[in-house]
Amino acid sequence: MVLSSSIINLAEDAPNPVLPHPAEIILGLVAFGLLLFVLAKFVVPRFEALYAERTAAIEGGIEKAEAAQREAEAALQQYQAQLAEARAESARIRDDARAEAEQIKEELRAQAQEESARIVAQGNAQLEAQRAQIVAELRAELGRQAVELASRIVGESLEDEARRRGTVDRFLSELDSVSAPAKS
Amino acid sequence: MGRLVLAEGGTFTPPGAKDFDLPAIFAGVTKPMIMVVLSIVIIAAFFLLATRKLAIVPSKYQFITESVYDFGRNNIARAQIGSKEFRPYLPLVLALFTFTLVNNIFGIIPIFQFPTFAHIGFPIALSVFVVFPVYHIVGIRKFGLGKYLKKSVMPPGIPKPVYLLLTPIEIFLRFFMDPITLAIRVFAAMFAGHLILLVFTLGGEYLLTEAGWALKPVSLVAFVMAIAMTFLEALIQVLQAYIFALLSAGYIGTALAEDH
Repeated sequence: MVLSSSIINLAEDAPNPVLPHPAEIILGLVAFGLLLFVLAKFVVPRFEALYAERTAAIEGGIEKAEAAQREAEAALQQYQAQLAEARAESARIRDDARAEAEQIKEELRAQAQEESARIVAQGNAQLEAQRAQIVAELRAELGRQAVELASRIVGESLEDEARRRGTVDRFLSELDSVSAPAKS
Repeated sequence: MGRLVLAEGGTFTPPGAKDFDLPAIFAGVTKPMIMVVLSIVIIAAFFLLATRKLAIVPSKYQFITESVYDFGRNNIARAQIGSKEFRPYLPLVLALFTFTLVNNIFGIIPIFQFPTFAHIGFPIALSVFVVFPVYHIVGIRKFGLGKYLKKSVMPPGIPKPVYLLLTPIEIFLRFFMDPITLAIRVFAAMFAGHLILLVFTLGGEYLLTEAGWALKPVSLVAFVMAIAMTFLEALIQVLQAYIFALLSAGYIGTALAEDH
């Protein structure tokens, strides 16, 4: 009982918490107004400027990256074109060199063949000349030997017989004419 | 249990509305008044220090302030008012949110330990004298007085006889209840929360000092509850600040909306 009556007494003493104090309303308004002023004047514009700047920076960065990519692509195309050009050039040079080499080889071969033909012809001519000389020498020797041998057999000299000489030569010529067709 | 305690001797006076009537510290200036002034100093310093040199790539401190700013900007103002029109109301919404938040949080910070908004004068100042006129003025400025009133109290697309019932209700809601409930919601939450903390803390203290030895350990339960309630209060204080700013932005958004 004491407790409840004391509560009632206290409740009667205490101000009603639902009734606002005018001083608090005024102070709250003034304080809030000041805060609103600071936020509206400094904080919000600064943050909004930062956000705009950040958006611009991000967009600028994207733009820059795109430009760089375009540039890189252009450079790549240029390099590829140059590379293709260089490849074509090298192929052309190689073909040229090959053709030239072929030509040189051809020329050398012809030259060598000509040279060899010349040497062979020269050798043949030399041989022919030597043969003719040897045949002539042998013929003369053969004649002499034959006459000498015959004169030994006969026992008298036949050398002086001019007629005999002519006989030997005629015989040898006949031999030549007989052997020549047999040879060929 | 109260009887038992009384039986041991001494009287336990439960905390009540009188505990919210703090004595003036000097010349009629009370603790909540000082805290309100302090709160705007804290908020202004918090933002001004961060915005002195803002970088595109934020520092740790800038990141924290930016998170608070972003929350007010994107989650409250832009979500409630719409991305086209929210910019002019950004300072107001941000101020409402941070002002309410800091003053609520005062309730669980040592030394302060009093939620300023448990004095109804402060939420009344914000809701009745700031938010209420603002959303009607912006609505009238946008649509003109007649069209705005018609839009507000006679929502289109309703059978005519219903207006007889609906229009008085709408008038009552939009011109009396909205601002009052906005203030009472946060006031009541802060008042009740602080009262609960007082009950558990003072009750625990009384049990510890005045009760018999058998009941002294029970004070531990009271203190544990006080700590648990402090955590709950932290949640409620943040939530109420969010709701206060959200509803204020919502009223502005509704006043600006083309269709009711």
